[in-house]
Amino acid sequence: MVVKRALAIITLLIIGYWLAQGLAGVPFGEDKMLVGQYYLDNVKQQTGSVNAVTAVVVNYRGFDTLGEVTVLFIASTGVGALLWRRKKERTAKTEGSIVLTTGTRLLFPFVMLFGAYIFIHGHLTPGGGFPGGATIATAFLLLYLAFITYEIPHRGFEVTEGLAGMSYVAVGLVGLAIGGYFLFDWIWQTWQFGWDNVGRLLSGGFIPIIYTIIGIKVGTELSGIIDNMLKEEVSE
Amino acid sequence: MISVYYFGAIALILVGLYAILVKKNLLKILIGLSIMETGVNLLLISIGYVSGKSAPILSEGIGPSQAVDPIPQALVLTAIVIGVATTAMALSVAILIYEKYGTLNVEEIRRLRG
Repeated sequence: MVVKRALAIITLLIIGYWLAQGLAGVPFGEDKMLVGQYYLDNVKQQTGSVNAVTAVVVNYRGFDTLGEVTVLFIASTGVGALLWRRKKERTAKTEGSIVLTTGTRLLFPFVMLFGAYIFIHGHLTPGGGFPGGATIATAFLLLYLAFITYEIPHRGFEVTEGLAGMSYVAVGLVGLAIGGYFLFDWIWQTWQFGWDNVGRLLSGGFIPIIYTIIGIKVGTELSGIIDNMLKEEVSE
Repeated sequence: MISVYYFGAIALILVGLYAILVKKNLLKILIGLSIMETGVNLLLISIGYVSGKSAPILSEGIGPSQAVDPIPQALVLTAIVIGVATTAMALSVAILIYEKYGTLNVEEIRRLRG
């Protein structure tokens, strides 16, 4: 055991030295961006979003994000497939304390509201669909912790998830029909909706719409993963 | 020059790698993997940093020339989501292993298989 630890530490020191050596040549804190500067210069005119990170994720690399959502969907399906059982229930033994249950009843709507705030304001503030969806999933986790008999409405959640994924593709296909390529920002480029409103809520082209879709999808998916992991098989 | 951010990132990567190399509990190995992931993300973010500039949200007083590079941040956002997906998959495999063998110790699992 001691030998193993010593060997591990020696290996780590070698790897750390090698990493530091390699990174010593990388200039830190200096201006070295070209593509990034292009995005920063044109982000307001081309996408209507003031948050350049959101614009890159949803608008310039929207197709990439569609793939990312697909990866999350496949992971959630995979968790469901791995933990599949014929009959399963929650086997929690203790009900949450009065502090937890009362706090959950009080906080649940506000946590949901905060998640929705994060993904609706994705083009203005840090955040967006993924953190907002994770916040919504924590609201459902809170319900699971507080009430031992609670279960999410499965069918409704699965239908919502599928509809959200389909509407992302539908938004992209409308762009294909109007502008000539997939995920063309028709609200901003063709309709010119919110051109004199940059920096406020009603701007940003289709970024708030897509981020709302992503937020709903991520929230339902992560809630489904929580649900799959909390349940255990019960003998009939 | 190596900055404190690079040092922090390298330290996180090494801490995670130590857990992966030495620990025997599957869950601890997965925690180490997550710590390592955090270190790599911190490294990518700090490469995009430009000293004296602010976050890439163009508001009053922050023009295109006063913001840092948005691309590493956007890519790290992708990386975090993929990390969550892989961690969820690995955890469900760990649950299955615990149900089958009744232990999470990697050496015992190896012995049980013969």
